[in-house]
Amino acid sequence: MSTITIDKAGPTRKVKKYGSISRDRAWALRWSYFFLVLFAIFSLTPPLYMLITSLKSSAEISAATNPWWVYHPTLENYIGLLTSNQFLRFFWNSAWVSIIVVTITMLISVPAAFALARMKFWGSATLATGVFLTYLIPDTLLFIPLFKMFVLIGDWTGIQLINRWYVLLFIYPTLTVPFCTWIMIGYFASIPKELDEAAIIDGASWFQTLTRIFIPVALPGLIAATIFAFTVSWAQFLYPLVFTTSTDQLVLPVGIITTLIKGDVFNWGQIMTGALLGAAPPLIIYAFLMDYYIAGLTAGATKG
Amino acid sequence: MAEVSLRKVVKRYDEVEAVRGIDLDIADHEFVVLVGPSGCGKSTTLRMIAGLEDISDGDITIGGDIVNDVPPKDRDIAMVFQNYALYPHMTVAENMSFGLRLKHYPKAEIKSRVTEAARMLDITDLIDRKPKQLSGGQRQRVAMGRAIVRNPKVFLFDEPLSNLDAKLRVQMRIEIKKVHQKVRTTTVYVTHDQVEAMTLADRVVVMNHGRIEQIGAPNELYHKPATRFVASFIGSPAMNFMPCRLEDVDGRLHLRLTDRLAFPVPPARSARYQAVPRTERLLLGIRPEHIAEARPHLHPGVEPFEAVLDVTEPMGMETLVYFTLEDTPICGRVNPNAGAQDGAPLRLAVDLNNMHLLNEVTGVVL
Repeated sequence: MSTITIDKAGPTRKVKKYGSISRDRAWALRWSYFFLVLFAIFSLTPPLYMLITSLKSSAEISAATNPWWVYHPTLENYIGLLTSNQFLRFFWNSAWVSIIVVTITMLISVPAAFALARMKFWGSATLATGVFLTYLIPDTLLFIPLFKMFVLIGDWTGIQLINRWYVLLFIYPTLTVPFCTWIMIGYFASIPKELDEAAIIDGASWFQTLTRIFIPVALPGLIAATIFAFTVSWAQFLYPLVFTTSTDQLVLPVGIITTLIKGDVFNWGQIMTGALLGAAPPLIIYAFLMDYYIAGLTAGATKG
Repeated sequence: MAEVSLRKVVKRYDEVEAVRGIDLDIADHEFVVLVGPSGCGKSTTLRMIAGLEDISDGDITIGGDIVNDVPPKDRDIAMVFQNYALYPHMTVAENMSFGLRLKHYPKAEIKSRVTEAARMLDITDLIDRKPKQLSGGQRQRVAMGRAIVRNPKVFLFDEPLSNLDAKLRVQMRIEIKKVHQKVRTTTVYVTHDQVEAMTLADRVVVMNHGRIEQIGAPNELYHKPATRFVASFIGSPAMNFMPCRLEDVDGRLHLRLTDRLAFPVPPARSARYQAVPRTERLLLGIRPEHIAEARPHLHPGVEPFEAVLDVTEPMGMETLVYFTLEDTPICGRVNPNAGAQDGAPLRLAVDLNNMHLLNEVTGVVL
């Protein structure tokens, strides 16, 4: 405002202009768009290539034509996979593993996070840090001792878990529970202390405080954790590769690789189709849950 | 409804003693305000009554039962927090009825209680809104409504008005008083604002350093403070304190303020101060309203003196004047027409009938 007044008062006078807020903002936006577009191109090119390839016949893929164009589009790869019992088996295995792992993860990590964030007990802070440190150990290091453990359990108890799809239900939570607990600790810690005190005075038990106050208020966090757990379970490659070998026990990522690559023959069309179809469920789940992912759900609880 | 008593209640956090053995009896229907500077232990005391903090030592009774180990939900209390603490995902009606729903009250009963409380607090139109759609004052009303519908034995307020702007605070203060006049529930109210304490309380409890300095009706605290802390904490602008000592001049007790300034002690007060050693270092405590412009005819006990004003603050109905006496800053209240001007001399008079004499070392009012 003051700049305008000065200009009107003395149009001939040269006023040195410093960067105005709107101009700075415009430049910031331009750079943001530039990098966002760059990043979008970078990350969307592989899926595009997959889509193009999935619409080609094997002959066209191996022909020396423009790889970015489909001359004779065909759905034979899709039909081939969707009518193959094997592929559907992988799909169902993946679906079951992911759904059950997400359920297990939420049942463990939400109460755990609530306890660690709110019930101040001896060693709770150390335990919270410990939970996070667990997550930092990479699965490439963990799979050997884990494998050994399940072999030993099999030897001692006679319960054979190796090469059963449900062994993954025990293994995936070692990845998902620590991280989801950590996310939820953060969300729960951001809920004002007075909110649970008010609930306790209103007569709520710890469990009721969790289910009727904390879970609804921390819903965005819960959804973030769910998406994470689902993605990890759905896309995990190393563990199922190590722990399952029979084709009827495989999950989608491993199944596609082991059955569609025969020796040195790569069935690229079906591999790409399988990968695209495999990417669909997480996409659908993201799209569905994003509607519920409303930021600022705690607005109005306190002075803010 | 119930009375609340605290017996030698102590709260220790590791090394620190936040509350150092306080005794307090709150009668049924009474409105008691705990007031003091931050860190004086008033909020901790309230939270111990609520059951949100464990008691390190002593006993708290509500309605005659010791509640030391009773969880908050079984104490039959309701609390209003400074930051409202409304459940953000629930509507106003759901917020207010949450406690009743947890206790499985019949639906009709819940509805009638919520409607009644909403009517009392004038929030009937807001009943279906979420907290984020409400203003600060409305949120605080909802928080009060949540307390009222429970019909508890005791209301606990933890600085409920501190987040509101000045105008709204005055309005809500009156609301709270009105609500208490209607429901008559025993109330413990914590604030650091002495005006809130004075205006709301049947009795004020002044706390400092984890101890109770004085308990009394608002006027009693104002006119008969027991210690320097209470004298300076209650009242705004604060009471003036001037170093002084007693001396006898011609058989009459005098108050020597400076080498040039001494006032005779009013006869009504002389007997009380006669026994005080003349060498004792004392403080004269005078409230600003007892330092006014000198009138032509002075009442007995009102003594005139000259002062050069440093600063004047016209407040409309009065003008505050600031001057120094031997390096001690003094505040007085004069009539706006008394001609007070910055840097100008003014003939003032001090009303010693309302004086307080304090021991400078112990801070005790003599």
